[in-house]
Amino acid sequence: MLLEVRGLKKVYDGRQRPVEAVRDLTFGLDAGDLVCLVGPSGCGKTTLLRCMAGLLAPTAGEVRLRDKPVTGPPPGMAVVFQEYGRSLFPWMSVRDNVELPLRNKGMARKPRRDLVAQALASVGLADAHHAYPWQLSGGMQQRVAIARAVAYQPDVLLMDEPFAAVDAQTRADLEDLIRDLWRKLGITILFVTHDIDEAVYLGQRVIVLSSSPTVVREVLDVDLPDQRDQLTTRSDSRFTELRSHVYAQIQAAKRAAVPFLR
Amino acid sequence: MKHPKKMLRFAPHFPGDPATRLLTRLALWLALPLVLFVFWWLATANSENFYVPPLRDILSTFPEVWTWDRLRADVLPSLIRLAVGYTIAVFAGISLGVLVGSNRWVRAVLEPVLEFFRAIPPPVLVPVIMLFAGIGDTMKVVVIAVGCVWPILLNTVEGVRAVDGVLADTCRSYGITGSSRLGHLVLRSASPQIAAGMRQALSIGIILMVISEMFAASNGLGFAIVQFQRSFAIPDMWSGILLLGLLGLALSVLFRLVESWALAWYHGQRRAQRGPS
Repeated sequence: MLLEVRGLKKVYDGRQRPVEAVRDLTFGLDAGDLVCLVGPSGCGKTTLLRCMAGLLAPTAGEVRLRDKPVTGPPPGMAVVFQEYGRSLFPWMSVRDNVELPLRNKGMARKPRRDLVAQALASVGLADAHHAYPWQLSGGMQQRVAIARAVAYQPDVLLMDEPFAAVDAQTRADLEDLIRDLWRKLGITILFVTHDIDEAVYLGQRVIVLSSSPTVVREVLDVDLPDQRDQLTTRSDSRFTELRSHVYAQIQAAKRAAVPFLR
Repeated sequence: MKHPKKMLRFAPHFPGDPATRLLTRLALWLALPLVLFVFWWLATANSENFYVPPLRDILSTFPEVWTWDRLRADVLPSLIRLAVGYTIAVFAGISLGVLVGSNRWVRAVLEPVLEFFRAIPPPVLVPVIMLFAGIGDTMKVVVIAVGCVWPILLNTVEGVRAVDGVLADTCRSYGITGSSRLGHLVLRSASPQIAAGMRQALSIGIILMVISEMFAASNGLGFAIVQFQRSFAIPDMWSGILLLGLLGLALSVLFRLVESWALAWYHGQRRAQRGPS
């Protein structure tokens, strides 16, 4: 198994009492997986992702990448955040943004430039090298962040609700871009979202989380054909079944959480 | 989201093609100085007051007093001392500011002391520093550096503290740490704030340049103005003040040019966030 989460638990020190965000999570990703994590709003998805990325230390349990425990951000991992506007360096051109992690790795200039050009072309931004991020639309900015992650050639790509802040049409394009990159490059992707349709449309597997304190509610294999597109896949009866199933699970998760509300 | 930001926009947008726009801006920029100049000219034209000579006399004195030799002997030393003191303040302020800004413990210990030192009006330092550094160039450079360092230091601290959390996470997850993080993230992201501090420091520096020379000196712009005043060469004194004003203006224009070049990304981003103009 490439990436493993074992018995992960995260408790924050709240103002009056400790807040248990994540109770007990165990799941894994094999090389080449495209897994979607979906759960009700506020179910600790971001906490989980930050723990997996090594940006946050879990209270108990562990995350292992290639059988090594993750204690800080590991070299083989790239993260795409939801806030595209704040994850790109506004003082750098698009190319410099994509190039910086590679320069930091000590990669030679020529292969570095080639990789950057390839990555930008693969997200459809071959002619935006010299633009600044803030000159681009939101969707294009997120494409730059994706190009940066792809150029980094990570073992695992973690995506934290990356399309939550873009409009619906851009979002559909970006979803297809992710499917496309995944099929072409064979990267392993963990995609966190609160959008049920998006999870079913994108994922080979969907992991449904409970409300906070979070546990895994269900792991669902998405038996839709590999070739997906916005029109036919979304009107496929199997797609509708799967999304209804996940929807019911999320609703049940929310109901189960109600007694805990004050 | 965009509308309230748009309403905050204060830079007026003039009509017309670029050339006309430039002329309009230039005209607006020059309008008030011109009015003040005319007012000064007319108000003092028939002045009999020995201390307030006609502007006409001041202007005719100007080229006589500020010859090339004079500029080299008095203005150049002032400017060199300003440049050295200011440069020291910039380096000290930024490096200390980064240290204080990125370390919570250092900040907790130093903050009250920093606020205290900042509250001391810098000219007060002149007699004190004279005791340690004598009355030579060193004293003046130290006075300028000590006075200029505070706005740069405190602004750097604020800028460093305000580094965006998502950008910081991005750097961490791509293994951008240490000096690479400092250069690519911390200093760049704090640079608009640092520039604001440097601009404040520049005007403080000019004030201290003059004041330090008024206390004890054998050359310099401040020294020359005081000499003129003591020898009752009143139009010469006024011409020195005029020169000082022009010098300050030139330095601030130069600063703005450099700043708008170095922070082009920042101004561009702010324009983009305000929406199309």
